[in-house]
Amino acid sequence: MIWDALTLQLGYNATLVAVGATLLGVSAGVTGTFLFLRKRALVSDAISHATLPGVCLAFMVLVALGGDGRNLLGLLAGSAISAWVGLLCMNWLTRRTRLAEDAAIGAVLSVFFGFGIVLLTIIQTMGVGRQAGLEGFLLGSTAGMLWADAMIIAIGGAATLLLVLILRRPMTLVAFDPEYAATRGLPIHRIDLAMMGLVMAVTVVGLKIVGLILIVALLIIPAVTARFWSERSEHVVLLAGLAGGLAGYIGAAVSASAPNLPTGPIIVLVSFAFFVLSLFCAPKRGVLAAVLRHLRFQRRVHIRQGLLALAQGQKIYEPLTLRLLRRAGLVRPDGVATDTGKARAAKALRDEKRWEIVRADQAHEATAALYDGLRDIETVLTRDQIAEIDRQIGGPQGVPA
Amino acid sequence: MSGEEFVPLSLTPLLIGTFAAIACALPGNFLVLRKQALIGDAISHVVLPGIVVAFLLTGAISTWPMMLGAAGAAIVAVVLIEAIRRLGQIEPGAAMGVVFTTMFAAGVLLLEQTDTSTVHLDVEHALYGNLESLIWLDATGWGSLLDVDALAGLPPELPRIALTLVGVSVFTWLFWRPLKISTFDEGFARTIGIRTGALSMALVITAAIAAVAAFDAVGSIIVIAMFICPPAAARMLTNRLEAQIVWSIVFATASAVSGYVLAGYGPLWLGGSDAVSAAGMIATMSGLILAAAAMFGPCRTRIGAHTSA
Repeated sequence: MIWDALTLQLGYNATLVAVGATLLGVSAGVTGTFLFLRKRALVSDAISHATLPGVCLAFMVLVALGGDGRNLLGLLAGSAISAWVGLLCMNWLTRRTRLAEDAAIGAVLSVFFGFGIVLLTIIQTMGVGRQAGLEGFLLGSTAGMLWADAMIIAIGGAATLLLVLILRRPMTLVAFDPEYAATRGLPIHRIDLAMMGLVMAVTVVGLKIVGLILIVALLIIPAVTARFWSERSEHVVLLAGLAGGLAGYIGAAVSASAPNLPTGPIIVLVSFAFFVLSLFCAPKRGVLAAVLRHLRFQRRVHIRQGLLALAQGQKIYEPLTLRLLRRAGLVRPDGVATDTGKARAAKALRDEKRWEIVRADQAHEATAALYDGLRDIETVLTRDQIAEIDRQIGGPQGVPA
Repeated sequence: MSGEEFVPLSLTPLLIGTFAAIACALPGNFLVLRKQALIGDAISHVVLPGIVVAFLLTGAISTWPMMLGAAGAAIVAVVLIEAIRRLGQIEPGAAMGVVFTTMFAAGVLLLEQTDTSTVHLDVEHALYGNLESLIWLDATGWGSLLDVDALAGLPPELPRIALTLVGVSVFTWLFWRPLKISTFDEGFARTIGIRTGALSMALVITAAIAAVAAFDAVGSIIVIAMFICPPAAARMLTNRLEAQIVWSIVFATASAVSGYVLAGYGPLWLGGSDAVSAAGMIATMSGLILAAAAMFGPCRTRIGAHTSA
C-alpha cells in the first residue's frame, strides 16, 4: 500500500497531493534556509498566523460579491495581504519601539490570529453554507484538492524558487554579515523585506496543504536539518530543499496510504525524523560523531598515560587503561609489558623529554604551542630537529632492565 | 442589565477571563524583558499533545489528568528545546520552532487517530477555549454570591484559575528582588549569589502553570496574547518595573473585560444576533491597546533612538 503510494499508483488525487507537497517542501526548505541563517526562524510563525484574518475577510468579500467563498485564488490573495500587514506591523514594532523582535512576533501572531478567530465565528453565524473548507486552513486539508489548486501551488512554488535563485547572493550576504553588506551598499532593510515576502509567499501557498500552524515547521525544520551536513551556505540551501521535498513527498504518500492520517502533521513528523537522523548521524556536527571523537580522545589519553607509567616502572591500576593497552597488544594479561609495549613506552618517555626541551626553548615557541601531551613529536618536527634535541638529552641513562 | 441575567451568564466568564489574563501577564512582564516572550507561544502549542495523551491514558475527559498531561508536555518541550539547542548547537529560536511544531503535529495526528469527535475535545476548542460556556447556572442574582448551595455550582474553572493567579502572584512577590535583579543584570545577580539558572527555570515553570490553567478555560490565543501584549504595552508607558507590572495588570483587565463585553454584546449593538469568539475578541482588544501604547506611549522608543516616527 505504502509502495503504491510512493510510486504514485494511488490514483489521480493522491498523485496530485504528492506532487504538490513535494514542490511545497522544496520551496519551503530553500526559503526557510535564509530565514534560519538570518536567525529569524520564528518570524515565519508570526507571518503564518497573520494569514487567518485575510482568509476570513476574503471569504466574506467573495460571498458578499455573490461568488463562491471557497475560491482558492481569492482566499490566497486575502491571506497574502493580511500576512503582509502583519509583517509590516512586526517590522514597525521592532524598528520604531523598544520592543524586542520576539515580543513583536508574539504580539502580531496572537492578535492577528485572535482577530481571525473572531471573523471565523462571524462567518459561522452568517448562515451561508459552504464555509466548511475554511477551517481546513488552520490545519490543512488536502482531501479535496483540485487540479486548479495543485496548479496554483505548483506555479506559486516555482515562482518562489525562481525569486530565491535570483536573490540568493544578496540574501546570503545579509544573513551572514549585515554590516559588511551595508558597507557594500546593499539595502539591508529591503532585502530583509524581500526575504520575508518570499516566506510569506511560501506560507500562503502552503496553507492549503499543511495549514497555517504547521507551515512554520516546513520553513524551519529542513533548514536546521541541512545545517548539520554542511558548512557551505549553497550546499545547505540545496540540502534543505532536498530534505523539505522528500518530507513532503514521503509524508503525502504515507498519509494517502491509510485513513485518518492527516497530510500536514505526517509531513511535519517525517521532516522531524530527518532532523533527528541528522542530529545524531551527521559527520562532524552530529551527536554520534562528537561521541566518537570523545572516545577516540579518551583512548589516546589513556594509552599515553599507560605507556608513561610502564616506562617509569609504575603499576597501572586504572582498568580502562589496562584494557586498552592489552587490546593494543602492549601488555600481557598479567600486566607485564610486551616487547612492543616496552619499545612504545620508552619512546613515549623520550618524547616527553623531547617536548620538555622544545617547550623550554624560545626558538621552538610556535611548535611548543602545539603540545597537548598526546602528539607524536615527529608529526611537528623534522628528523634533523629531533636529532638535534636528542643530542641534548644524550644516550640512555639508568633505564630499568 | 439586571443581576438575574448578568450573574449567571456573564459574571463567571468575565472573572475567569480577567484572572487568566492577569495570571499570564505577571510572568509575561519578565519574559518580555528577558527576550523569552515566545516561550508562551511554544508552551501553548505543545499543550495539545499533552492533553490528547492524557485523554488516551485515562479514557475520560477529566480535569486533573489533562492538566497534568499539559504540564508534562510543557516540561518535555522545555527540556527538548534545551537538549536540541545544546546537542545540535542551534540558535534558540530555531530549536524552539523545531520542537513546538513537531509536538503540535504529533498532537493533531493523535487526535485524528483516536475517535475523539464524540467527546468534547477538538483542535478548535483547544485554540479558542470555551469561555462563553463557563456559565453559572445555579445563580439567580447577586444574592447567589452568599448562597452556599449556588456557590457549589460554580464552574470549576473559576476556583482553579483563581488559585493559579494567587500562586503566580505569590511567586512574583516572594522572588521579586532576585527576579528583578537577574532580569536586568544577570552577571551582577550571579555575583551576589542568586542562582540565576534555577530562577530562570522557576520562571518558565510558573509561566507554564499559568498557561496550562488559562488554556483550560480560555484557549491558546488568549494565553499567547496575554503573555505578551499587556506587558509590552506597559513597557511603552514607563521605565520602572513596578509601574510596568501595575500597568500590565490594568491592560490585562481592560482587554479581558472589554473583549468579553464586545464579543457578547457588540454584535447585538451592530444589529447582529450571535456573539463572536470571546477569546479572539480579548486578544484583539489587547492588540489594539498595544498599538495605542506603541504609538503614543511616553517611553515607546529605545533610549537614544529617534522619536520622529
